[in-house]
Amino acid sequence: MFETSMTLSDLMFLAKGAGMTIAVTFFAVTGGTVMGLLFGVIRAQISPWAALPLTFVLDVFRSVPLLIQLVLANAFQAIAGLNLPPFATSCIILALYTSAYCTEIVRGAIDAVPMVTRRAARSLGLSWGQDMTYVVFPMALRVALPSWIGLTLGVLKDSALVLWLGLIELLRSGQILVTRLQEPMFILLVVGLIYFLLSFPIARFGSQLEKRWREND
Amino acid sequence: MFTYTFQWRQAWQKIPLLLDGALVTLEIALLSMAMGVAFAVILAVARNSKSRWIYAPATVWVEVARNTPALFQIYMAHFGLGSFGIHLSPYIALLAGITFNNAGYLAETFRGALRAIPGTQLRAARSLGMPQTQAFRLVIMPQMFRIAFLPTTNQMVWAILMTSLGVTVGMNTDLAGVTQDINVRSFRTFEIFALAAVIYYLIAKAVTLGARLLARRMFRY
Amino acid sequence: MIEIKDVYKSFGTLEVLKGINLTVEKGEVVSVIGGSGSGKSTLLTCINGLEPINSGSILVDGVEVHAKTTDLNKLRRKIGIVFQQFNAFPHLTVLENVTLAPRKVLGMSKPEAEAIAEKQLAHVGLGDKLAVYPGRLSGGQQQRMAIARALAMSPEYVLFDEVTSALDPQLVGEVLDTLKLLADDGMTMICVTHEMTFARDVSDRVAFFHKGIMAEIAPSKEFFNAPQHPETQKFLSNIRS
Repeated sequence: MFETSMTLSDLMFLAKGAGMTIAVTFFAVTGGTVMGLLFGVIRAQISPWAALPLTFVLDVFRSVPLLIQLVLANAFQAIAGLNLPPFATSCIILALYTSAYCTEIVRGAIDAVPMVTRRAARSLGLSWGQDMTYVVFPMALRVALPSWIGLTLGVLKDSALVLWLGLIELLRSGQILVTRLQEPMFILLVVGLIYFLLSFPIARFGSQLEKRWREND
Repeated sequence: MFTYTFQWRQAWQKIPLLLDGALVTLEIALLSMAMGVAFAVILAVARNSKSRWIYAPATVWVEVARNTPALFQIYMAHFGLGSFGIHLSPYIALLAGITFNNAGYLAETFRGALRAIPGTQLRAARSLGMPQTQAFRLVIMPQMFRIAFLPTTNQMVWAILMTSLGVTVGMNTDLAGVTQDINVRSFRTFEIFALAAVIYYLIAKAVTLGARLLARRMFRY
Repeated sequence: MIEIKDVYKSFGTLEVLKGINLTVEKGEVVSVIGGSGSGKSTLLTCINGLEPINSGSILVDGVEVHAKTTDLNKLRRKIGIVFQQFNAFPHLTVLENVTLAPRKVLGMSKPEAEAIAEKQLAHVGLGDKLAVYPGRLSGGQQQRMAIARALAMSPEYVLFDEVTSALDPQLVGEVLDTLKLLADDGMTMICVTHEMTFARDVSDRVAFFHKGIMAEIAPSKEFFNAPQHPETQKFLSNIRS
């Protein structure tokens, strides 16, 4: 069907783009998860009213298009004279974006641990920290992990938007090849296949994990 | 640190233009959802089919929609189809891309909702003498739409956010497109994009709130 | 008349019915008792064609239920069934639950169906709950609604599948009273049940199922006073002690 003038070095170029996609995703998910854990524990501990400012800010990250967030952040860092490279700006915004979703996952997972279980733990003389470490987190992890895997894959896909700040990630490197080789469908199919290969196995793993855990309950 | 002077007045004057763009954004989101729901119902039913020729394409659609970026799907519609001599305008390419994405996610939502309805409901309906299709229409579908309603409104918010991707394929009439157009001419990037962000936020909240009120009216049980 | 002739039924390799023979006359009330997994509930879903059978035949008023030419939807209009798990339609009010099938299956007008539904609901003591959604009802009320729903189709036979098993003990009485009223009205009923008092006082005959076989069937007094089959004796003495 396709006779292509795409060469091995073009493929390497795409692989490099995929590397960028993975790097951005890695930093965003790592940073976002750390922040999400922190915010999530805070959200679960204090009253909804006290958490309102935090809830509002995080909600903004989920209600404004990521593209707009990236442009705004980039403009802001220029105004503030921070001279951040686009890679750093992208990672920071994506991390905050990730943390907004991660917070909800963490809070939901902690809330899913029955109060009686926690009371029982505290009645045995466990401190708040011990209760959290030995009772709440192991139980909450089961609830949170499938959603967290979903979030990670979401960020992997959403990271394509950093091309707007000039980063040459997977989709952008594909677009560059399209311009050069004029074979849009074939090259985009290759790009899509790479995304699919990155995402699908993990998605399958996540849903199987979820199924297995649900059956064991 | 800040040597930049914000010029909000200039951006403020562009509000009418931005609101016009917001209408286009809403229009695309609503159209893509209407078509997405229709395709999703077909996909959800097709994925339960025993025929491979029906099951396989539906599965490919759903898995590609869910495992590749929305932007990639829009690129496929805009650039990819060029290989076959099909050149879609940014508007159509954006609409097609988001519809494809919506349908894939909603198909899974509907499938999950169908599974959440106990099989005994269908048995009870059949026991009263209803044919399969009637039982499905009168007993199963209303319950499915209730379970799927909130996830569907979430997808609507996603659809609104996804419309902003149109700007990357040259869309210049929706909110993001108009914003970028003004930005290119005025270079007041921060102010104009901040205003756009506020408008997106308000639209998203209005949709969420509206959906909740609607749900309260529609599902009284 | 319901005639069950040498019916065999299995789920995969699990045989649940191994040659059942039973005839239920018009106006008769037959209770079916037995341990769990004895196949008694499966028999009911075979009678209204929800489950296919492997061999044998079931005739309702001379019509073979599992014949390919039989219009099951039509046949089911005269065989009501009430399940253990109520199966109320949660998206419809009590009145709508009961009028749905008369309107959509029998093609009655709305006022016509509502008149019948209101009568049936009043009969089961739910006359004041017409506009309520089932989620707001107790289990006993939901089950009585399910009975009214089945009766609104004016069936000639009603099958009851352990209708009190999912209820809290204090709610069992109200549902059994409803069943008793129905039996007194002369309805033909097959009741799969664990309520021995009900089986003894209300039914004409009682059948005992054991591992897919109908071990014994007898008029209810005889059945309880002088059970013949050793498994029946064992079952009854276990319940009494």
